[in-house]
Amino acid sequence: MTSDITRASAAELADRLFRKEISAVEATQAHLDRIDAVDGSVRAFLHIDAEGALATARSIDQRRMAGEELHILAGVPIAVKDIATTKGLPTTAGSRILQGWIPPYDATIVTKLKAAGMPILGKTNMDEFAMGSSTEHSAYGPTHNPWDLQRIPGGSGGGSSAAVASYQAPLAIGTDTGGSIRQPAAVTGTVGCKPTYGGVSRYGLIALASSLDQAGPVSRTVLDAAMLHSVIGGYDPMDSTSIDAPVPPVLEAARRADVKGMRIGVVKQLGGDGYQPGVRARFEESVQLLVDQGAEVVEVSCPSFDYALAAYYLILPSEASSNLAKFDAMRYGLRVLPEGVDDPSAEQVMAASRDAGFGDEVKRRIILGTYALSSGYYDAYYGSAQKVRTLISRDFAAAFEKADVLVSPTTPTTAFKIGEKINDPLAMYLNDIATIPANLSGIPGISLPSGLADEDGLPTGIQILAPATKDERLYGVGAALEAALVRRWGGPLLAKAPELSTTATGREVRA
Amino acid sequence: MSTATRAPEPVVDYGEVLKKYDPVMGLEVHVELNTVTKMFCGCATGFGAEPNTQVCPVCLGLPGALPVVNVAAVESAIRIGLALNCEIASWCRFARKNYFYPDMPKNFQTSQYDEPIDFNGYLDVELGDGSRFRVEIERAHMEEDTGKSLHIGGATGRIHGADHSLVDYNRAGIPLVEIVTRPIVGAGARAPEVAKAYVAALRDLLKALKVSDVRMEQGSLRCDVNLSLRPKADDAGAQDDVPLGTRTETKNVNSLRSVERAVRFEMTRHAAVLNSGASILQETRHWHEDTGVTTSGRVKSDADDYRYFPEPDLVPVAPTRERVEELRATMPEPPSERRRRLQNDWGYSDMEMRDVMNAGAVLLIEESVAAGATPAGARKWWMGELARLASVEGRDLADFGVTAIYVAELDAMVAAGRLNDSMARQVLDGVLAGEGSPVAVADARGLQLVSDDGALSAAVDAVIAANPDVADKVREGKVQAAGALIGQVMKEMKGQADAAKARELILEKLGAS
Repeated sequence: MTSDITRASAAELADRLFRKEISAVEATQAHLDRIDAVDGSVRAFLHIDAEGALATARSIDQRRMAGEELHILAGVPIAVKDIATTKGLPTTAGSRILQGWIPPYDATIVTKLKAAGMPILGKTNMDEFAMGSSTEHSAYGPTHNPWDLQRIPGGSGGGSSAAVASYQAPLAIGTDTGGSIRQPAAVTGTVGCKPTYGGVSRYGLIALASSLDQAGPVSRTVLDAAMLHSVIGGYDPMDSTSIDAPVPPVLEAARRADVKGMRIGVVKQLGGDGYQPGVRARFEESVQLLVDQGAEVVEVSCPSFDYALAAYYLILPSEASSNLAKFDAMRYGLRVLPEGVDDPSAEQVMAASRDAGFGDEVKRRIILGTYALSSGYYDAYYGSAQKVRTLISRDFAAAFEKADVLVSPTTPTTAFKIGEKINDPLAMYLNDIATIPANLSGIPGISLPSGLADEDGLPTGIQILAPATKDERLYGVGAALEAALVRRWGGPLLAKAPELSTTATGREVRA
Repeated sequence: MSTATRAPEPVVDYGEVLKKYDPVMGLEVHVELNTVTKMFCGCATGFGAEPNTQVCPVCLGLPGALPVVNVAAVESAIRIGLALNCEIASWCRFARKNYFYPDMPKNFQTSQYDEPIDFNGYLDVELGDGSRFRVEIERAHMEEDTGKSLHIGGATGRIHGADHSLVDYNRAGIPLVEIVTRPIVGAGARAPEVAKAYVAALRDLLKALKVSDVRMEQGSLRCDVNLSLRPKADDAGAQDDVPLGTRTETKNVNSLRSVERAVRFEMTRHAAVLNSGASILQETRHWHEDTGVTTSGRVKSDADDYRYFPEPDLVPVAPTRERVEELRATMPEPPSERRRRLQNDWGYSDMEMRDVMNAGAVLLIEESVAAGATPAGARKWWMGELARLASVEGRDLADFGVTAIYVAELDAMVAAGRLNDSMARQVLDGVLAGEGSPVAVADARGLQLVSDDGALSAAVDAVIAANPDVADKVREGKVQAAGALIGQVMKEMKGQADAAKARELILEKLGAS
């Protein structure tokens, strides 16, 4: 019964809750039990809020019993990436510098989850301040890929993808600055969507790069992602960059799952050399499945994408160097006094705290960004990167003249081993080569499982991109492809994942 | 607050400065807007609240918080630009100015950099002799204020040497407009006067626009004075070709009087440095109100790198031309017209009006009259006793504790016969001593002209009885002898009698009226 609950999709859970076949408390407790059983080895969570989640569940059950009309996802539990502020719950963004910080306010998306009556199971692990593609840069230790615990679950949102892939939560919140929702989804056999920039409020998301960050859903099915997207999306007066328009009709599109007559653009620059053969094979099969369902395939060329990674690694560090300046030990977070200084100045305390509180990757990007914004270098670095950004948007605009959506492999490879790339930043950065252009241009993208690579038996992902504000196309195409793939596989891809050994010892709560 | 840690720097006589040098000034004025809420969040902006009670995640810079532009502040900034004859940007952005400081919550200030909302303007100011001087405005841009640090312990009240510091973030995020002049050249010997007149004119203009409280003593209008000297050209016509000298920036010169004094001091100090053959260090200077000198602050160089970049959390500000024109229609009357109107309304002579302007009292008199004072009464108090007391205290008239409403109250009491002038002066002393409003002071001190005829009549009777010889002289028609009796009556009444009334009663009782 319990495993039955945790294996159910969010849509199925919602249905069973609605029919009162199960209670929200049962649904929540089942997931808390699953966390207790497997997260000692997966380590997806930094903080678990069993009490808070059960309190929400009880309240939902009472309200349902009282006949109140509830949100479709009321009582469906969710995990939240530790980058979103949660009132009264620790929020660290995976960093030592925020150890022990309890925010006094909820991020807008958390407010929306609470309003929908979704029990929040806890906060998921991530690369420190979302800088990374493996979750190895978390100050609290890596998360492990449920498909192979020796491998990375992607990053920065590896905690959210691993939690969902290992049935610890049916849904999770992720954030995507250069691929941090889509890449983890691809390497864990799950679904992750980065909405159009401005489609989901950033208020209360600890900023990495303000012009690139976007929160979105993490799930096991396209329909589930659409349901969560509908909850968290929409205009927020607290976020000036939020789009003042209704949420795109993502749920309707996911249900319709229709690609007949749609033009699917295969991006020439995102594939080929540098992509693992198994990743390419599964991608090509997926494209053929779309054709089989009545879509038309065209090839599009986006030549400026060759400069996307370089531009990204100037814009992101520049914004991050400024966004992370607030962590100075003056008002909150870690405070470290410099050694051997009797009467330290405020500046010395700031320096010592930042030195102790930030990890190497964060320091690397702060230094890069500080340099790129320096007078005399600004035009050559930040200025040029912004021009590349404009060129990439033009490439997308031209491509969307020819195609309704674009497709590519989500990542060049399947999940690599923990420790394999940790000392090679450039190799790490290349994981996001296919996902970064969407962030630079602000357009939406989704990743869904395309199969298992022949050479290693690990999940591969396909990315679908749509024009800004046309998020529904991701779900329409994604749901159609998903249905065809599941038919071919004879069930969801995740059913092929090895069973995790469960231990009753549970896991200590870190952070 | 004074630092007496080093010997005062040498200066030369002011007259000597001008024989060899030509002063060039640049004035940067920060104006706190009086919007109900802060620049980027919904927090209240009231002055004087308990520390850290007007704060939220946004103005505290908590992780995850985002700014949203206060439209009212943008419109105030546009109106300031229009009043300063500026062009208004049709599209401009905020930028982040990055530097670390404990009272700056995000360690960057959201400001504007190369895209100010207002640019290319001017303000004409009138000088003491009635002549006009045009100060060109380079730009006015929007930004947010920082928190306020209070350094406890240490000798200087500054951060270095302090035992610990307290930070109040109520001020963090208050909307500011920074108004920057182009280099002010050609003022010559009148540079200090021009600086003061400019800040005074700006203050009056901002007050008329109703965009700021412009209280210099509370910091809602703050002035930084840049000054440099360059050699005086042999031919006055060639002065503009002489390159500018190295400048110093004297921070937080926060009264009109201090603006004038700081310019004058820096001119005499620069000249002394240059005369000695040394060169001026480009640095910020601290102004010391009490001693009237500046002392060296932080060495500043053009290499200061704030790593400005467009604020990615905000969308560009793009006021429509229609809206700008609507705002233009809300402009108050131009300063020169306003001055003519007021002079006419008040019936002041040219000389009286100029004195009032030079004393920076136009606004105070206007407010006093609006509060019920007679124009003559308002001028009498502001330009007389209050100007004297302000000068003794070394403070600006506007900033030393007597409000326009109090002056109106005082004037009304005199006009109603409750106080005479000498009593009114005592009341002012009480007001300045913090004893409350004029009515409260008069009540508390028992200052009241006796209008009770019974008491006065009894006093007159007693004085007549005690001075039969003088009384007889009055009865005989020597009316001027009544003066001695009036003096006695006033003494008897402890000064609280209406002398005219006493005289009337004495003459009546002695049958001399």
